Amino acid sequence: MLGLGCGSVAAITWLALRMDLIDREGHPLHLTLRAPLFWFWLLWEIVKANGQVIRVILDPKLPISPRRFRVPTSQKTDIGRVIYANSITLTPGTICLDVNETELDIHALTADGELGLQSGQMDQLVSRVEGH
Amino acid sequence: MMFEVAAVALFPAMFLALARAIAGPTVYDRVLAVNTFGTFTVLMIAVLGFMTDQKDFIDIALAYALINFIGTIAVLKFFAVGDFGYQQESKK
Amino acid sequence: MMPSLLDGLSWLLLLSGCACLLISAIGLIRMPDLFTRMHAAGIGDTLGAILVLAGLMLQSGLSITLIKLVLILFFLLFTSPTACHALARAALAGGQKPLLAEPNADNSPAEQSPS
Repeated sequence: MLGLGCGSVAAITWLALRMDLIDREGHPLHLTLRAPLFWFWLLWEIVKANGQVIRVILDPKLPISPRRFRVPTSQKTDIGRVIYANSITLTPGTICLDVNETELDIHALTADGELGLQSGQMDQLVSRVEGH
Repeated sequence: MMFEVAAVALFPAMFLALARAIAGPTVYDRVLAVNTFGTFTVLMIAVLGFMTDQKDFIDIALAYALINFIGTIAVLKFFAVGDFGYQQESKK
Repeated sequence: MMPSLLDGLSWLLLLSGCACLLISAIGLIRMPDLFTRMHAAGIGDTLGAILVLAGLMLQSGLSITLIKLVLILFFLLFTSPTACHALARAALAGGQKPLLAEPNADNSPAEQSPS
């Protein structure tokens, strides 16, 4: 029974690919192969950023220095920018406030979070996931 | 044993989130606190399902995770627009 | 030997996850401003959920429950940044000003020491 279901799903996916029904925005199938590696890297980033924010919260003096700044993006498509903005918001300590064509508006909790984003490593990796 | 400990540890966290929802100075603080409270509730339901060995609870947690997100977006849209989108339709 | 190792690992994951959730709730109370509170809530949404659900996954073994737990984790990880971003945009549109360490320097490369 389960095999029948899996088979029909695979068949329909293949048919839709052949008929060019899958538009690249709504069903980003071309991203599925490269994304998991990026997720593992992102998981490690989340763990590191969590360590920093937890240390800030548990510090009795509460050493926050909130700041707002802009970072440029190098992604070409909308979905690449969405992945980048969501990855930024997912790592604690940095929140994406606004998105436009060329740059993102970021709110960061500490100076470390800002330095990590200004180095642009995540930007390059998201561009590589985006591919093309 | 371990699930009981986890559930007991989750209670004060939910209580603190609820306290922020009651005390929050602005509407957005309350929405944020309720969203966090919803995430805690999802984890709580999952832990309770394992504690009582009724795995059907996991389905409830799954549904709650979706409803939590949709509810947050709906409330935010309500406060940003003032109603549930009739203005935008009439502008078209 | 093997089951006790799994039990110990899932104990560790569950307890550290609950500690993360507690710390995130404490941060929610301690932080002075809406946008800094969102950073604190982010801990519970990401690392807390990951650790607690990973601890439960080790207990469930290979079954349908494991798949459901993975689905819950994916929903939480996909929806929480979206909700956070929507909240930040709504708060900015509603006239909330983020509390900044240096109020006038909006775009400067901030190298100032935390006050």
